Amino acid sequence: MTDNKQKVRDFIEGLPHLKALGMELEALEDGVATVALPYDTRLIGDPATGVIHGGAVSTLMDTASGASVMCHASQPASTATIDLRIDYMRPATAGQRITARAECYHVTRSVAFVRVIATDEDKSRPVATATGAFTIEPAQGDAK
Amino acid sequence: MKSKPTPEPVQVVKGRRDAALGRLVDGVPYIQFLGIQFDRRGDELTAVLPYSEMLIGNPLLPAIHGGVTAAFLEVAAIIELSWSSQWEQMEDGTLDPAAGGLMALPKTIDFSVDYLRSGLPRDAYARARINRCGRRYASVHVEAWQDNRSRLFAQATGHFLMPLRADKMQG
Repeated sequence: MTDNKQKVRDFIEGLPHLKALGMELEALEDGVATVALPYDTRLIGDPATGVIHGGAVSTLMDTASGASVMCHASQPASTATIDLRIDYMRPATAGQRITARAECYHVTRSVAFVRVIATDEDKSRPVATATGAFTIEPAQGDAK
Repeated sequence: MKSKPTPEPVQVVKGRRDAALGRLVDGVPYIQFLGIQFDRRGDELTAVLPYSEMLIGNPLLPAIHGGVTAAFLEVAAIIELSWSSQWEQMEDGTLDPAAGGLMALPKTIDFSVDYLRSGLPRDAYARARINRCGRRYASVHVEAWQDNRSRLFAQATGHFLMPLRADKMQG
């Protein structure tokens, strides 16, 4: 189990786009992943307010979701997003780090269901939430 | 007898439109970070995401990160909305692109992405279609493809809150 989490961690930390964004993997538990995006002026979407672009928040939530599927107890070999629906509650406060906590709450043989919540430093008021469906690629050797 | 006004020279019209588009796109750091560009043919916009290694989310396939795909579609939707809502003002000359200042952009309420194929290490294209744009809310559909226009790799529908416009605040 711990081996699997280390494998997931190594995989995620090696992804070129996440390195470019400066994304940080904070925690991996069974079916739960927490990923953070430090504030960066390159990611501003609204120059008038300095607020981070929704697209960067989407990437953060997609990443946390994928990671939560990968570290689910069923240990899928790989996963890909089928659909992701994001609701934006409020703009993240400029200058603050955004953290997404994703929970893979159900898996079937072929599909994983995930919900995510993103907050800035004010944990009581979510910035965005998302729900998604992900593919499950069974580990090699598993019966189909 | 009033004579018809002489049509504006084409380069003046194009210059004005390109400047207005540039004003929307160039000021947003995240659009520059991803390297998204816009092709314009009259009022039709195509968002272009040139491939770069930095966009990879799965090195094994390799495939573009799903988050990048979502972001690309969302950028295409927001720019299309801003572009089409300023078109009239731009054409009648009441929008002065030289005046500078920042455009108030629509805010995303929700965005739902449908991933149809993995994003290949190629350039990607997207076009947005406005389903409805009211005074406060808008609904937009976006399609993205790579080599073949008919083989979409992702599509999305989103709802947006439109910025209040000074000229429409009354009444």
